[in-house]
Amino acid sequence: MRELKTHISIQGLNVSHGRLAILKDITLDIPDKRITVVIGPSGCGKTTLLKSLNRLLDPYDGLKVTGRILVDGEDIYRPGVEVTHIRRKMGLLSQKPQVLPMSIFDNVAFAPRIHGLREKKRLTRTVEHYLRLAGLWEEVKDRLNAPASRLSVGQQQRLCLARGLAAEPEIILGDEPTSALDPQSSQHVERRLLELKSDYTIIIVTHILRQAKRIADYIVFLYLGEVVEHGPAEQVFAQPRHPRTKAYLTGEIS
Amino acid sequence: MKENGRRADGRGRDVGQWRRRRAEEGLFRALMVLSLLVVVGCLTLILATIIWKGLPALKLSMITQTPKGGYYLGKEGGILNAILGSLYLACGATFLALLLGLPIVLYLNVYARRFSRLAGFIRFSFDVLWGVPSIVYGAFGFMLMVFFGLRTSLLAGIITVALLELPIMSRAMDEVIRLVPRDLTEASYSLGATRLETAFKVIVRQSLPGILTAVLIAFGRGIGDAASVLFTAGFTDRVPTSLLQPAATLPLAIFFQLGTPFREVRERAYASAAVLTILILIISLVSRALARRYTRHTIR
Repeated sequence: MRELKTHISIQGLNVSHGRLAILKDITLDIPDKRITVVIGPSGCGKTTLLKSLNRLLDPYDGLKVTGRILVDGEDIYRPGVEVTHIRRKMGLLSQKPQVLPMSIFDNVAFAPRIHGLREKKRLTRTVEHYLRLAGLWEEVKDRLNAPASRLSVGQQQRLCLARGLAAEPEIILGDEPTSALDPQSSQHVERRLLELKSDYTIIIVTHILRQAKRIADYIVFLYLGEVVEHGPAEQVFAQPRHPRTKAYLTGEIS
Repeated sequence: MKENGRRADGRGRDVGQWRRRRAEEGLFRALMVLSLLVVVGCLTLILATIIWKGLPALKLSMITQTPKGGYYLGKEGGILNAILGSLYLACGATFLALLLGLPIVLYLNVYARRFSRLAGFIRFSFDVLWGVPSIVYGAFGFMLMVFFGLRTSLLAGIITVALLELPIMSRAMDEVIRLVPRDLTEASYSLGATRLETAFKVIVRQSLPGILTAVLIAFGRGIGDAASVLFTAGFTDRVPTSLLQPAATLPLAIFFQLGTPFREVRERAYASAAVLTILILIISLVSRALARRYTRHTIR
């Protein structure tokens, strides 16, 4: 196994709501330009872990977050850090695609526009580029001004991918990004992710083991808010070290 | 034999229960239809009354001329002064209320914590203010006027009616903006948008139809209110040409004309009521059409 460069380093992360601990002392290095898949039964804190990475937990009341998360060596929970800057580094694909209430074009142009790109020609080029990257261009090129909500769910998820990529992130976060999609659309999204991993660090949360096997380079197994095991995918799937991982992989716990 | 008997018994009970449930269903359905008829009946009767009684006075001159011979006793001319006065006043007040209300509501939903005490207190205040009678707003507006040395004028009326509209509009907007899915705002944040950008580019856009409805409700309340403008906007036979002149309003025109001893003038009151109703109808239709135009992007 080649040496993996670390992109995100999570050190002693705790998230709790009142007395309820959601994430317990997570320490983890996420490899650069690989697909890291977080697996685990529902309710084990996968989504919380993902949201803590781009500080989307901030708007929730009563959540206490301690520990450090270093992205490119910078602690994103340090006071005074620019939140929008951190979020821009990470594109998020949610479970159910959330297109913005505007046209297809405006959805992709949203992030470039708020980050200062005004010039029409360059904007058009940017939008086309990212729609192509997300594999959606051919399907929508004739109706860029149509409302994004009219696309099918599978197309909407790829639009969300294009929109996220247009913010020029380094990291793609996916919160069960295919769970609302039909098999064909899921396959489409998975294929895109595999293509994108040469340029982006990708972190996907899923409860579909087969999907994890198909796309993962690195596996993190989360159970009841704790990291039980993490390591290169081949190794975790072939010979899990922890009995609980084994039980989960064989379907004994879910 | 025994088995059969028991089965027959059971079936009998089933039939009885089924009849009772059907009767229940029928009774409540009848009650609902009845209440529906009351609403529809009221609307038709109101419209019929004002049109029937106002018809003799409903001439083109009613909406193109100002009154001749005074608004209280005059039988000639029209109510252009009140039509324009009401439109100026309600538009100004609605605009002012929106200017104050939208930032408050966006603050409540985007900036304030979900269960913050301040937000709770603001919502509670709006609920209380909603219930305050409009004559109290009128008195309060009058007090403000005295304090600032303002005379009865369009401006004073606009300010008072804006205060009257503010809680109605804000609460209605609050309800629709609260329905914006959390995932949608998170999607915007995750693209690096600030709260302000999220508020105006995503949340306002998503809830635009609801915001338009809120504005319309407030406008309807403002244009139809008599008590709040009685002391503040005053009444005049002339069309106001500046914010500092008094302005006539339709509800007051109706009120004054209904109070006269002459039948012809009372007919003019009903005609004025018809004009006001039609005005509100037109504005509702236009804003609905507008809302439909802007909903094409809304996420459902």
